Amino acid sequence: MLVALLAALAAQAATLEPYRVAADAIPDPLGGLVGVAARGAALVKDRERGNCLICHHGEDPTEPFQGAIGPPLSGVGSRLSAGQIRLRLVDMSRLDPATVMPPYYRTENLSDVAEAYRGQPALTAQEIEDVVSYLATLRTE
Amino acid sequence: MISALRLSALLLALLTLAGLAQAEEIASGSTFLSPEMRRQQDDPNRNPAWFWVDQGEGLFARKPASGEACLGCHADPVASLRGAATRYPQVEEASGKLLNLEGRIEQCRTERQHAPAFGYESAELLSLTAYVASLSRGLPMSVRADGPARPFYEAGKAFFERRQGQLNLSCQQCHDGLVGQKLRGDTISHGAGTGYPAYRLEWNTVGSLHRRLRACSLGVRATQFDYGSPEYLALELYLADRAKGLPVETPALRR
Ligand code: HEC
Ligand code: HEC
Repeated sequence: MLVALLAALAAQAATLEPYRVAADAIPDPLGGLVGVAARGAALVKDRERGNCLICHHGEDPTEPFQGAIGPPLSGVGSRLSAGQIRLRLVDMSRLDPATVMPPYYRTENLSDVAEAYRGQPALTAQEIEDVVSYLATLRTE
Repeated sequence: MISALRLSALLLALLTLAGLAQAEEIASGSTFLSPEMRRQQDDPNRNPAWFWVDQGEGLFARKPASGEACLGCHADPVASLRGAATRYPQVEEASGKLLNLEGRIEQCRTERQHAPAFGYESAELLSLTAYVASLSRGLPMSVRADGPARPFYEAGKAFFERRQGQLNLSCQQCHDGLVGQKLRGDTISHGAGTGYPAYRLEWNTVGSLHRRLRACSLGVRATQFDYGSPEYLALELYLADRAKGLPVETPALRR
């Protein structure tokens, strides 16, 4: 019974919201969910969840040790539409197979994923939408 | 006529040049330290890792309950073991197994001293490894990746180049593609690993190369292999071969 329940939960965890790609964007929110920008701002900094600042410069100059591997996040909302940001978070490798930017909403074609993360996307659909709505507000370079 | 001595000196000079040519492509981890950490590392009074080296020197001379002290077999280690660390990991002929320095020391311990293994990451094994590696300081890494070592080298290379973990990154993407760039507070190096065992500020202690590899695996949310696992041993051989010609820097200081 418990085993069946756990298996059902695991199977549920592994199903991702389907999405449609148009040109270089995912125009519609994942699962029709509505993002909350304030939560997105916290996720971008959170070292356990988004941990984006390991590679990117964010908006907050008081945050110590920000990365300089990807483009700075300032102004990303004026450079890219919400749909374009969504695709880059979900799976940048669709645009550039050699990219360093990790796929935050993908569970397929990954190898040696640590057990604690196996079968799970790095961010949930709700978290992706939260981060998308936050990044869309970053309009000044 | 050139004397044999002159000839070997000439050969040595040529080999050193070849080593330098290769070392130009890959720099040691110390190259990427801040100037202050570099000074601290290079000052034995301020680099805490030397404490482990001193402990290791003591253990080397101590007789276990049964059998000989290490010193009983390796008299004058400063001369007799100079350069030993530059040749590890290596394939042991009898068993065909790949042994790193830790593995060799544990083997001497169990088979020659008839004493129980210390265990990977124990203070004793770290100290002895740091001591023995310190006897090769400044000498160029010179592992063999041919002959029986070849399959291990190939496995390590494949590991290095494979994307892995939930974040889908390979060792190569960071330690080749992003060298010199900032990942949070760290400056990414070539991942030469020639300073291990090293004192890492984040650990507040000395740790092995495999402990560092486990940290990189965790960083991309990939499977962490065991200390001394075949996967990390093969990877260690590949890293050592990439670092050929770079000097041994044990005991290093790292962030
Ligand atoms: C391991 C490094 C790394 C991490 C971690 C990372 N990124 Fe990136 N990101 C990159 C790189 C490199 C690019 C450039 C992509 C390319 O050109 O292939 C990029 C591109 C982007 C872009 C497109 C920017 C533009 O101007 O085109 C966005 C948006 C973005 N990242 C957001 C994020 C967010 C949000 C997170 C965390 C949830 C994150 N990144 C985590 C490395 C990273
Ligand atoms: C997302 C980036 C990233 C990935 C992927 C990564 N590392 Fe690292 N690695 C680092 C950082 C940052 C450090 C600490 C700074 C430094 O010394 O390079 C480091 C340190 C090291 C060191 C210690 C170097 C020294 O001299 O102190 C070794 C060895 C190493 N990594 C090997 C590997 C191997 C092998 C893999 C693949 C299993 C790997 N790394 C994957 C970022 C990464």
